[in-house]
Order: sequence, then structure tokens, then C-alpha cells
Amino acid sequence: MRAVACSALIALTLAPQSASAQKSQYEEYQRMTAASAPVELFELAGEAAWKKRQGPKNASLEQCDLGQGAGVLKGAYAGLPRYFADADRVMDLETRLLHCMMTLQGRSRDEATKRVFGSADQASEMEVLSAYVAGQSHGMPMRPGKDHPKEKAAYLLGQKLFFHRAGPWDFSCASCHGDEGKRIRMSDLPVLYKPQHVQPLMATWPAYRVSTSKIVTLQWRMNDCYRQMRMPEPVFGSDTTVALLTFMTQTAEGVQYRGPAIKR
Amino acid sequence: MAAGPMKMRAALGAGYTDVRVLMSHPMETGQRKTPDGKLVELHFIQNVTVKVNGKTVVESQISQAISRNPVFSFRVKGGAKGDKIEVAWLDNKGETNSTEATIA
Repeated sequence: MRAVACSALIALTLAPQSASAQKSQYEEYQRMTAASAPVELFELAGEAAWKKRQGPKNASLEQCDLGQGAGVLKGAYAGLPRYFADADRVMDLETRLLHCMMTLQGRSRDEATKRVFGSADQASEMEVLSAYVAGQSHGMPMRPGKDHPKEKAAYLLGQKLFFHRAGPWDFSCASCHGDEGKRIRMSDLPVLYKPQHVQPLMATWPAYRVSTSKIVTLQWRMNDCYRQMRMPEPVFGSDTTVALLTFMTQTAEGVQYRGPAIKR
Repeated sequence: MAAGPMKMRAALGAGYTDVRVLMSHPMETGQRKTPDGKLVELHFIQNVTVKVNGKTVVESQISQAISRNPVFSFRVKGGAKGDKIEVAWLDNKGETNSTEATIA
């Protein structure tokens, strides 16, 4: 038995590997890393950040309305992005958290966005809050707002931006995420306007990224994709980033949220 | 960061208990350099101890080869609902942290 297993292993090592064999190994690696995701540690830190009194008003975020009523966390993430009448605009999770930091805690935009993307040594407040809030929607179907005129407008703007080529390399999101069968190293590039591609993605953000040992959020993803396209840096929580997230989340509508998860 | 949160779950099986514990720790290998070329000081968990109802069942030495924010899963023989499991670590700088869970 042992000899059989051994020779099978050698065959596996020596035979030139087909793309599908490599892919299944990569999927095995993903399955193994997912089993040991330390996401919960960040959710714990996020809970502490949610309850921490700070800012000029010395208030916590516990009364923040994420769309399901003040302080309601259960299912809140699964209902975002959506239109908020008090701000008169569509907001994703991080944009809404920033809004609450400014209104409830009285913090300035500059102060609250000073360090939105953290490092492996120290995750940012926004990152741990995102992990904590998103964790309360685990297992729920994602139902972003799509009936309000501004929600419809955000979807259409996001769709337009997705295909809009610009910048020194004349790139759009669709340059990498517009055709099937593309990949960067071993990572398949999902086609982000197709529900079957975008659903498994939207179901897993925010996530712990193994290669950088940190929590990554969707605002970070938008920011970093624009960086990779050599475009000007998008403003945190801007209409541009929210529109792209609205476009993708509405495309993924109905998928069961199973994050915060893990990325390579 | 060193004494960041820990989280543990202990689930009872047929004659055994599955324990899964998460630890926050930078687990620096002493090989990594900062952007200005300085070595990042060696900083890693050396000992992990597991106790069930106060009795030590695992005493382990681990190395800097373990990843940042490590996760450990192990199976303890026996155990009963309500038993208290305690996991503690000690790192090379003498810092410690511990967490407890009750078998559910």
C-alpha cells in the first residue's frame, strides 16, 4: 500500500502537469488555508473598535445605522450597498462606517481616513470594523438595495466605469476582468459582470489575505486595482468606488454570504 | 500586538474533543528586513501549553517557522461537556497570553 502511494507520488512529481491538475492543486491549497483562517481574531478586534468611545463627541459606533436601523448588525452587511436618506447617497459598508464616525463621533473626514488600510503589524480600525460587521451577515443571502433611483444610478455608473478605459495604459477593469480564461500567476481572473463569477467573490469579502497576513476590504480592492491600472488614487468612499461596488454586488445578488473569508 | 486577542472553540466528539485555537502574534523569524534595511527582531511563540480542568495535557515547543497569527487544531482524548480547556503561550520575549473555553 505504502509503495503504491509512493510511486503515485513520484509519477505526480515527474509527469508534466496539465493546467487542470495545477488548478486542482491550487484549489486544494485554498481549501487548506481556509481551514485555518484567523479571521475571528480580527472580528474580535472589530467588536472592541465598534464599542470604543472616541472622537470629539466621545461616542461609540453602537448607534450607527447600517441600513437595518440604529445599531442593528445582524444582516446589515448583506443589505449593502444601499441608499441612505440621511446622507442622500448610496453607501457601501466602509463609506457608511466613515459617515457614522463623522456624525456620531464628530470626527473629521481627514482624521477618520488617515489610516484606512493597515499593515500586517497593525490592522486599521476600518478593516477590523468591516470584518466584525460583515461577520454578522454570515449565511445570509446578499440583497443590496436596487429600487431607489440613486441605487439604479450607482449601478449604471459602476457598469460604465467598469468598461471605461483610461489612464497611461488605457486600462479598464474589463481589461483584466472582462474575458474568461485569464489569470495572473495561479489566480483565475473572474469576469466581474457575470453573476456566476462575481457571486463567489462578493460572498467572501472582506477577507484575510494569507500572502500579506492582513485583513483586506473592498475599498482596499478598488484602491489597489486603480493603482495597478496606473490611474489616480480613488478617494476613500467616493462615488466612483461605491458605484463599482454597487455594480458588482447587485450583479451577485442572492448569493449566500459566507465571509469574512480568506484570500491567497 | 503580541498580547492581542485569542479565540478558542472546543467541540465534543465520540470519546474525544476537537480543539481549535487562534492566536494573534507577529511570529517574526528574525530574517525579515524593514524597508530601510534593518533586521526585524526575532519574536516568536516558544511554548504552547494546553490544560484540561487544570491538568496539563499538551506541552509543546514551537518555532519561528510557524506563520503569523497561528491557528492550532488538535484532538484531545476524552473530555466531557462543561470541562474547562485552557491554552497558554509564552514567547521568546517572555510575553504570555492565555484563553479558556468550556467544551460544548
